[in-house]
Amino acid sequence: MSHPGGGDWEEASPERLYVITGGRSSTSAPVELDLVTLIVARSRPKPGMQPEHAAIIELCQSPLSVAEVSAYTGLPVSVVTVLLGDLLADNRVVARAPVPPARLPDRALIEAVIDGLQKL
Amino acid sequence: MDFKSSEQPARTTGPRSEDALPETAAAAVKVVIVGGFGVGKTTLVGSVSEIRPLTTEETMTQAGVGIDDTSGIDGKTSTTVAMDFGRISINEELVLYLFGTPGQERFWFLWRGLFEGALGAVVLVDTRRLEVSFDVIGRLEERSVPFVVAVNSFPDAPEYPMEELRGALDLPESVPIVPCDARQRSSSRNVLVTLMRYLQGLAMAQEAS
Repeated sequence: MSHPGGGDWEEASPERLYVITGGRSSTSAPVELDLVTLIVARSRPKPGMQPEHAAIIELCQSPLSVAEVSAYTGLPVSVVTVLLGDLLADNRVVARAPVPPARLPDRALIEAVIDGLQKL
Repeated sequence: MDFKSSEQPARTTGPRSEDALPETAAAAVKVVIVGGFGVGKTTLVGSVSEIRPLTTEETMTQAGVGIDDTSGIDGKTSTTVAMDFGRISINEELVLYLFGTPGQERFWFLWRGLFEGALGAVVLVDTRRLEVSFDVIGRLEERSVPFVVAVNSFPDAPEYPMEELRGALDLPESVPIVPCDARQRSSSRNVLVTLMRYLQGLAMAQEAS
């Protein structure tokens, strides 16, 4: 399946991805970003922003997971994480951390999920 | 079949408005659906997901690419590995994401924290190719990821009693194994509920100890 956002972007070649992140491979994010960390924008995109930053802010006007940001932008999670690190450092987005991974998840959490699934 | 067949034209800018999460969405959890190519991971994800399955792609350098997966390379030093995922809103605050992940362990490292932060995993099995699942089960056990086994029913696949499959997969008695039809929403949901009940049991046992 192709990603819905694919048409907006050139092929995500390693060279292009290198340019987008300025060659950085690790994030400066103050929080650990998981695939399911929910990202919410604090404002609208500002003129003059890097287009990828602006696109993420546009997408995250309502909460969206890191994985969804990756899918809609057509950028790998590894690249999205770097870009989100910038946006978090600049206070442009907020990260809602996933339920902290534990050895075994909390029973109340599991029961909430069972409840939700049964309503499907 | 209750998979949404009204395929909407793909939006290029982001989620459709009806796919937006509510402002109240505060936290998310994930479950990983693992299985070999063509076993029905995306079908299962799609049948229970509230959004059309999305794809996230990661680039893999040649050093990590196995000889059987070089079709995408064509002279380049990298190839693309895709992972499909879907989403279920559990309630106003909690969101569950389902990631359909390739069975080969060498791909798992492409997405940091894929298993580490997961509630658990579903190993999706095709009885025509049991050997693929054998490896996956071993890898999950090594990582202490709790999992259940779901046997996807393909029309031309040999049918085995579940307990016979348990033996063939060398699966401990405690690990649930359920038949499913990944195309059916109710059946896929049942697989997820089976996983959650299993996790509930583990959590209760831990509380009691």
